Amino acid sequence: MNSNPSLSASPLIRLEAVSKTFTLPDGRAFEAVKSVSLDMAEGRVFGLIGKSGAGKSTLLRMINLLERPDAGRVLVDGRDLTRLSKRELRETRQGIGMIFQQFNLLQNASVYENVAFPLKLHGNRGRAAIEARVRECLEVVGLTEKIHNYPAQLSGGQKQRVAIARALAPHPKVLLCDEPTSALDTETTRSVLDTLREINQRLGVTIVIVTHELSVVHALCDHVAVLENGQLVERFDVDDHATPRVSTLGRELAQEQVREDILKEHAARIEAAGPTSQAA
Amino acid sequence: MSENILAILPELWVAIGQTFLMLGIGLSAAILVGGPLGVLLFLLGPGQSLDNRPAYLVLSWIVNTVRSFPFIILLVALVPVTRVIAGTSIGPLAASVPLSVAAIPYFARLVEQSIREVPRGVIEAAHAMGASELQIVWRVLVREARSGLILALTVLAVSFLSYSAIAGVVGGGGIGDLAIRYGYYRFQTDVMLLTVALLIVLVQIIQFGGNALAHRLDRR
Repeated sequence: MNSNPSLSASPLIRLEAVSKTFTLPDGRAFEAVKSVSLDMAEGRVFGLIGKSGAGKSTLLRMINLLERPDAGRVLVDGRDLTRLSKRELRETRQGIGMIFQQFNLLQNASVYENVAFPLKLHGNRGRAAIEARVRECLEVVGLTEKIHNYPAQLSGGQKQRVAIARALAPHPKVLLCDEPTSALDTETTRSVLDTLREINQRLGVTIVIVTHELSVVHALCDHVAVLENGQLVERFDVDDHATPRVSTLGRELAQEQVREDILKEHAARIEAAGPTSQAA
Repeated sequence: MSENILAILPELWVAIGQTFLMLGIGLSAAILVGGPLGVLLFLLGPGQSLDNRPAYLVLSWIVNTVRSFPFIILLVALVPVTRVIAGTSIGPLAASVPLSVAAIPYFARLVEQSIREVPRGVIEAAHAMGASELQIVWRVLVREARSGLILALTVLAVSFLSYSAIAGVVGGGGIGDLAIRYGYYRFQTDVMLLTVALLIVLVQIIQFGGNALAHRLDRR
């Protein structure tokens, strides 16, 4: 596909020694992210995990510069976002979708208007083109019949689906997910994760997801970075069981996987044995 | 109908018209100048996209100062300014000048408060989608706060109905002027009661209309 090996090897997202310090209300400084460097390859699902306050959300929000790093560079698709003008940054942000824990939909806008929102911000797409794209995106998340409803009439899972459709509308290369399932129950979480996986596999959208739920990582991510106190302590492929994990969370994740595998195996065995053995 | 009321009836219609004129000009000024000022106050506030503490403090101080004036003092103090703008210091057009000056900071503060109700995350999501400040103001802030803004305008309209009556003291015309000249100076209690009843009805209509519209616009 790509004749230039150095180009194809360059990651879609590259964070170079980014740092961010916040001033707390009492005046003290809090280093949320301490010189983190991280590459994320195109087309993958990348998990950022860590305890609360580890800096994972801040790191995610640096990728579209919702948080501007105090130091370091943020490269997305080869462009250094920290050097862009306000206008260029706004244009670039169209290529980076984002969803949130609290959905953040416009309450006074219908599902249609919410999904159309990013399409109306830039350029001059025609009415018909916008409508076609909105329907397309709602189809991906399975909510076409709710097009004229308002967010208040939807369940939490449906709201997150609308948010996903809205993020997909301008054809982003990247989808940033900030704790997208933390406000949802287990069942809904599973179906939202299924949708995200489908978006990754079918549309090739690179996903970066922040979560504290190990089951989410297990269900969705290819690659994981573990953060502790604002520092990157470990990164690994989820399928890589050979390399020993150094961080507590990394080990917990490995155990979680083993547990899941055992449960699956057990369930399969029960199924295979059939109802007769249960009666006995 | 009493003689007194019959006698002022022709004047009553004119007075009602004048009251609406004053209210119309005052509220228009509030919306056109106070509205943007309120949005600016919000955007300059701590943690918002144009966060600028000195500018916020200066603007906030001006708003507070104008709002500190008792309306009747503002009315008198602004007479020279009114003469320049309206060419005269009496009549409903002249009274509209101090009314507007009082309405602008009042509405600005109400707008700032209403917009603060918009969840931070929604504004952030719009930033993440690449919306400009102006797009955020119109498509997010105004849209999400619209029922609160309508209620703010309703509060303003009710307050300024009574302010416009105060303007009657300096010959501003309107229903309040009628109440003072006939009801008060000439001891015509029936005229006084009629004007007060009229104001009560107007306030009820404004409040009912405002509530109904705010409710219709609210999808939250």
